[in-house]
Amino acid sequence: MPIDPRDPLDVDRLLSDEQRQIRDLVREWVDANVLPGIEGWFERGEFPKEIAKELGALGLLGMHLSGYGCLGADAVSYGLACLELEAGDSGFRSFVSVQGSLSMFPIWKHGSEEQKKEWLPRMAAGEAIGCFGLTEPDFGSDPANMRTSARRDGSDWIVSGTKMWITNGGIADLAIVWAQTGEGIRGFLVPTDSPGFAANDIHRKLSLRASVTSELVLDDVRLPQEAVLPGVTGMKGTLSCLTEARFGIVWGALGAARACFECALEYSKTRVQWGKPIGAFQLTQRKLAAMSVELEKGLLLALHLGRLKDEGRLQPQQVSYGKLNNVREALKIAREARSILGASGITLEYPVIRHMNNLESVLTYEGTNEIHTLIVGEALTGLRAYE
Amino acid sequence: MQVVVLVKSIPDPSGEAKLGPDFLVIREGDGVLDPGDEYAVEAALTLAEASGGEVAVVSMGPANAASAIRRALAMGAHRATHISDEALRGADALATAKVLAAAVRRSPFDLVLAGVESTDGYTGTLPMTVAEMLGVPSATFARKVEVTAGVARVERQTEAGYDVVECALPALVTVTASAAEPRFPTLKGIMSARSKPLEQLALADLGLSPAEVAPTQRVVAVEATAEKGPGEVIQAGDDDAARIADLLAEAKVI
Ligand SMILES: Cc1cc2nc3c(=O)[nH]c(=O)nc-3n(C[C@H](O)[C@H](O)[C@@H](O)COP(=O)(O)OP(=O)(O)OC[C@H]3O[C@@H](n4cnc5c(N)ncnc54)[C@H](O)[C@@H]3O)c2cc1C
Ligand SMILES: Cc1cc2nc3c(=O)[nH]c(=O)nc-3n(C[C@H](O)[C@H](O)[C@H](O)COP(=O)(O)OP(=O)(O)OC[C@H]3O[C@@H](n4cnc5c(N)ncnc54)[C@H](O)[C@@H]3O)c2cc1C
Repeated sequence: MPIDPRDPLDVDRLLSDEQRQIRDLVREWVDANVLPGIEGWFERGEFPKEIAKELGALGLLGMHLSGYGCLGADAVSYGLACLELEAGDSGFRSFVSVQGSLSMFPIWKHGSEEQKKEWLPRMAAGEAIGCFGLTEPDFGSDPANMRTSARRDGSDWIVSGTKMWITNGGIADLAIVWAQTGEGIRGFLVPTDSPGFAANDIHRKLSLRASVTSELVLDDVRLPQEAVLPGVTGMKGTLSCLTEARFGIVWGALGAARACFECALEYSKTRVQWGKPIGAFQLTQRKLAAMSVELEKGLLLALHLGRLKDEGRLQPQQVSYGKLNNVREALKIAREARSILGASGITLEYPVIRHMNNLESVLTYEGTNEIHTLIVGEALTGLRAYE
Repeated sequence: MQVVVLVKSIPDPSGEAKLGPDFLVIREGDGVLDPGDEYAVEAALTLAEASGGEVAVVSMGPANAASAIRRALAMGAHRATHISDEALRGADALATAKVLAAAVRRSPFDLVLAGVESTDGYTGTLPMTVAEMLGVPSATFARKVEVTAGVARVERQTEAGYDVVECALPALVTVTASAAEPRFPTLKGIMSARSKPLEQLALADLGLSPAEVAPTQRVVAVEATAEKGPGEVIQAGDDDAARIADLLAEAKVI
């Protein structure tokens, strides 16, 4: 029997009916709502903010969380949704990751009952947008040394500092801001209309253009005692969020890669040189075969990590294996696809260079390729090389 | 209010339809919910939401009709009945109507909704036959259905505009694609479908025998339509009008 180039190893079999249905519905939604507009949004450098409510209605925002208006889906379903969204554009997956894993998750996991009730239902519905402020201009891979600080003033907190490269910053209603306090690093819920808070969007990006990236400036922002996340102190709070979001990226990157692979496969069968389709040349076949093999390996890795997560056994270092491998390979696949398309590969007429450029951000954010390498290195040797 | 929707699973319209040696459509791969029937599901959900009622979908079809049924459930329908039986393979419109009527009759209902005609078979006869068998009035081509005090008020699409038709419940109404746009299913709909009742019935469960649903018609041959030759281009010239008149006469138009 011939194999299906879209699922050569029959990975589909490993999913439940419900997981397949969730994946198919997200794919259908992306086909109808992202693909027709994405070239324009990417070219103009805008994220269509009004689509947040549609993402909410579909059930994608905080879908792996339970209660408070969240869907309560399993981790594999969440991963599949990330994959399909990123097959549309990394900007959409980034939006959903930041909303669900970086903004809703800390409230869900470390927040007070009041914080959960106030924010989670609205965020799940896409009526309130969140962002996650960890990185600073001078502290990227090394956020523990951040300068943003919060000090007590009576029962209030006064927060000051600058955050950089913050996804959704300029469109957010709520910023989860991490700051140094006398007791260690803590997370604060900062409504973006608080006096002293400002967000400045970063322009002239050549990657993740259909996504808002901003600088957050906090100039003595006064917050009540209830604004602090009560449940966690120290870097383990931020790490718990990052592990959630990285898990989504493990799957998402494969979506971008799949879109590139499918485009290149189709192109290789129709583009004719020397009287035959370029897909008939051995060098092209080697590229296609390598792309497909990596795609399938990545998928099996993602699925394995998803199942560990659903069993409650997934460790942050294991997520690093996934992020390290899948984003690196996705970027390679995108670049190979770009080469198969020849000159056509450099235009926005095809999705490939858009995905390729997006993946440069994905390679860097949520822990760079190097940092994940060193996390794996530390896990193997017990010796920490990155500080 | 209890609303029943007749939903048909059809072969994926984006695929290529193939006929088997018995001239029946080969139905492999997942079926899809007939897009026309999604309008009926939407109308049913809207009515049920307004009245606090429930929506049940009923479908006859092979095992692969399950995905069409799941879609209706994911849109928000509350329960489903799927009738499948080897004896129903190749069932004609009359047999299908008998089966659907028998299935609908099993529980109390106020309103039955259906599409106007299916996308793959499009005889457009089924709903009225079902209504007749159920002994309820049928109102067709609805672009809008409202129910007040046990009366269905239907805007029936016509060439000139629409008629307003009223009939007492229980009744059957067919819904057109000019009715309200079907809602997109949700992930929650998919996940809650798990806990919704899905009844699987065979012919015997409906008290019907294979003889009662044996097709009264059989397709004996299928011919490809003749390929059209290239059209004739008549250049402006001396005999152009005469040539056109000849052609029109040939076509018995003049
Ligand atoms: C190409 C082709 C030719 C055919 N020719 C004939 C023929 O000449 N004579 C004949 O008797 N049969 C024929 N059939 C079979 C006949 O179409 C089906 O057996 C029967 O289901 C009638 O369906 P329909 O699609 O025409 O229904 P329609 O009357 O067009 O459907 C209207 C509505 O009825 C409901 N409905 C229809 N079928 C179902 C179902 N299975 N389950 C639930 N709801 C349903 C839906 O709401 C649908 O929108 C043919 C089928 C095909 C594909
Ligand atoms: C589009 C986009 C969106 C983003 N969204 C967010 C957001 O929503 N919230 C947020 O908080 N942050 C966000 N970020 C920031 C992102 O997480 C950081 O860019 C990332 O952590 C890397 O930090 P940096 O850019 O300062 O690089 P640096 O840390 O300065 O690193 C530069 C280079 O040095 C390497 N390097 C650093 N340290 C070591 C070491 N010890 N050993 C070996 N190599 C090392 C890095 O791997 C990298 O190659 C976003 C970034 C981008 C591009």
